[in-house]
Amino acid sequence: MYDSYRDHLAIQLEEIREAGLYKNERVIVSPQGAEITISTGQKVLNFCANNYLGLSANRKLVEAAKEALDTHGYGMSSVRFICGTGDLHKELERKLADFFGTEDTILYAACFDANGGVFEPLLTSEDAIISDSLNHASIIDGVRLCKANRYRYENADMDDLESQLQLAQQHRFRLIVTDGVFSMDGNVAPLGRIYELANKYNAMVMVDESHSAGVVGETGRGVTELYNLKGKIEIITGTLGKAFGGAIGGFTTGKKEIIEMLRQRSRPYLFSNSIPPLVAAAGIKMVEMMTETNELQDKLHHNTKYFMERMLKAGFDIKPTQSAICAVMLYDAKLSQEMAVRLLKEGIYVIGFYYPVVPKDKARIRVQLSAAHETEHLDKAIAAFTKVGKELGVLK
Amino acid sequence: MEEMNINEMKEMVLKYVIKEYIDDDDVTITYETPLISSGYVDSFSMVSLLVFLENKFKIKIPPSKATPEAFDSVNSIVALVNQYLEK
Amino acid sequence: MSFPESIRSIYQAQLADIQHAGIFKEERFIHSAQSADIEVEFPSGSELKKVINMCANNYLGLSSHPDVIKAAHEGLETRGYGMSSVRFICGTQDIHRELENRVTEFLGTEDTILFPSCMDANAGVFEAILTSEDVMISDRLVHASIIDGMRLCSAQHDTFKHSSMEHLEEKLLLHADKRLKLVITDGVFSMDGDTARLDRMVELCEKYGAMLLVDDSHATGFIGKTGRGTHEYCGVFGKIDIITTTFGKALGGASGGCVSGRREIVEMCRQKARPYLFSNTIAPVIVSGVLKVFDILSANTERRDKLEKNAAYWRKGLTEAGFVLREGNTPIVPVMLFNAKLSQDFSKDLYREGIYAIGFFFPVVPNGQARIRTQISAGHEIHHLDRALDAFIRVGKKYGILGLTKDQIIEKHGL
Repeated sequence: MYDSYRDHLAIQLEEIREAGLYKNERVIVSPQGAEITISTGQKVLNFCANNYLGLSANRKLVEAAKEALDTHGYGMSSVRFICGTGDLHKELERKLADFFGTEDTILYAACFDANGGVFEPLLTSEDAIISDSLNHASIIDGVRLCKANRYRYENADMDDLESQLQLAQQHRFRLIVTDGVFSMDGNVAPLGRIYELANKYNAMVMVDESHSAGVVGETGRGVTELYNLKGKIEIITGTLGKAFGGAIGGFTTGKKEIIEMLRQRSRPYLFSNSIPPLVAAAGIKMVEMMTETNELQDKLHHNTKYFMERMLKAGFDIKPTQSAICAVMLYDAKLSQEMAVRLLKEGIYVIGFYYPVVPKDKARIRVQLSAAHETEHLDKAIAAFTKVGKELGVLK
Repeated sequence: MEEMNINEMKEMVLKYVIKEYIDDDDVTITYETPLISSGYVDSFSMVSLLVFLENKFKIKIPPSKATPEAFDSVNSIVALVNQYLEK
Repeated sequence: MSFPESIRSIYQAQLADIQHAGIFKEERFIHSAQSADIEVEFPSGSELKKVINMCANNYLGLSSHPDVIKAAHEGLETRGYGMSSVRFICGTQDIHRELENRVTEFLGTEDTILFPSCMDANAGVFEAILTSEDVMISDRLVHASIIDGMRLCSAQHDTFKHSSMEHLEEKLLLHADKRLKLVITDGVFSMDGDTARLDRMVELCEKYGAMLLVDDSHATGFIGKTGRGTHEYCGVFGKIDIITTTFGKALGGASGGCVSGRREIVEMCRQKARPYLFSNTIAPVIVSGVLKVFDILSANTERRDKLEKNAAYWRKGLTEAGFVLREGNTPIVPVMLFNAKLSQDFSKDLYREGIYAIGFFFPVVPNGQARIRTQISAGHEIHHLDRALDAFIRVGKKYGILGLTKDQIIEKHGL
């Protein structure tokens, strides 16, 4: 049997290659950080990690993880409700709730699982989900697994959201779902307006803070802080795999009964191990650090402002944002790839994105800033962008 | 097929359900027993029941009508079949 | 709407229903490392209690093995804590590839792709490799994560009666017209501890031109002479098209899973499997630990041999005491109680005796088949098993079920 299927797959893989969509993985041999070593031995500055707060190799997190290894071992070898719940899980859940100003938190193996498992236990075919068109793939998969009626509105388009809410009035409950920061453009969801519309049309709100927690808002509490909506949003999902240390793990935090229902019924929670104790311990340390001082958040905000201002001044076309994602627009797919290759030669590691990851003729290089970057790193990147930009005729 | 009365149809479907889905001799299935909502038949397994009905009664049931609710008891299955027999 | 009372009360009512039905899941907080002896806080807020753990998937006793912990320490020092990126952007280290190669070698396959968990591996594999022209034919007792994966895939799905090869053959005939046929089974079934008949399944798949996927999460590392899994046990090593498995049970128990199998299938998952593309992979520290686990398993078969002995000892003890067990040849030993409430009461009494084992009932197992599932570990010593057996016998006597048959237990306690 397999021979014929092998041929079938070989053709499909070839098509992916021809379309220029084949994903090759670049192998890194150092810890994650502002400066990394790739398998060729080249040292490069990393501007494409979600390492927003620079915590991925933070000494305090490493120490916390090591301590937990000694006190709590390596793995739990069980799902939460059998014998896979440690005291550290409970503590991190409480700390995250305090951090976001919510009632309770439930941990998952990944935010992909948090989003995958949040809808089905909470909503039925009597209800409606109204989802932003650019929401993350994991939200889309979660919605696919849920029987609720689906409505979709154009990215951050509040008029469209309002019309969809009107259409959805016939259902029992309505849940508006949005990313806090959209990962490709770096734009922040207009949560203030979403909240108003939710009140007007009697809907609940869910925000995925994966790219905004630790980043957006003065103290990094995310989009709910930016819009002064702390404690007012029913459901927040987020990840420990980006700004918050970057290892693995995700969570859903929000209203007490919702979290309790997820603990009873959410399939990725019931059927998969939680995060290992050492990841929970590092998570606890991370929340403590972010509560004690605002140093990392401040540095990230400073770096983002510094980089954006100078890139705009150099003449690049950049999408406006309040996040740490800076989309350098190039429009042409080939150009985005060529530019990324040349930047790597200059020691700057960034990725060019093009259709279908972003809309046709909207190719770009996505730069992600980090509190791990020093001013000299930023200056070097800006100089490299300017040099390559001129060579390729992007800049006059 | 016109010759078959409702009870004969029910008996035929019941027999198939028992043969296809029920392993446990302790379990008694009647025309009213909830099949899917009580866990005797999982919704993935409905596909063979659908194929059986379509072949046996020479009908075509649109996928949108082959819902877990419509397939939840022998009675509701036969009612569904009847809709398509009449047409 | 800022969560008005109307909504809150609907969820409160649903939660109350779950509680009334007696199926509310309460978590027990473990304050120690996972091992045969653990310290538990239960119910929440109570003093710590030392108990023997009889319900972990810690089959090989590696969850807190000093060498694994040491390797994780080193991983943290040399590789940092997190990658903060998905694989194909900047989330791949050389040790990720190294682990993929180790798994390939261990399972006797062509290539391997890591996932954050086996739940994600199962959730992502079907959609990545099948289309609406194809069919998935699964055993009726496969794990929930496979079911979710099938729900996300547009291929048709059908099922066969648990381990019935006649029924599987019927289904292969019924779907003969489909472009691709994928037969799906667990290697070891987690609730019953029985093994799939992979030898027969490989034959049938060859006869009808179908592929075979095995989820070996409850087998990798200890089933088969050298612990390679159910395919080794059944004599079909190297003949399985796709194996999915986890590092979250026997192999250290932290987290992570994989799809291992035909080269092109693995490559297709790398290009298309959504949980792979849109989620971080296993953290470097965890990878370092799992690599050490494979070192330990490749050195000798000591641990799986001890596990086999322990499981046989435990099974023999329970049988002689007069319990009704599920037949099987794995470290999963279900003690059948049939009545749901009895399974909960039994578990509580065991806990009082210092034995931690969980009762399972519908819908996790079929109606009327409630049980205590015990799971044996190479981390258990004979004295653990003896103490646990004493406790089982005391509680069994209390409920008067020792020496009774299935029918007699049901007569005494109802269904």
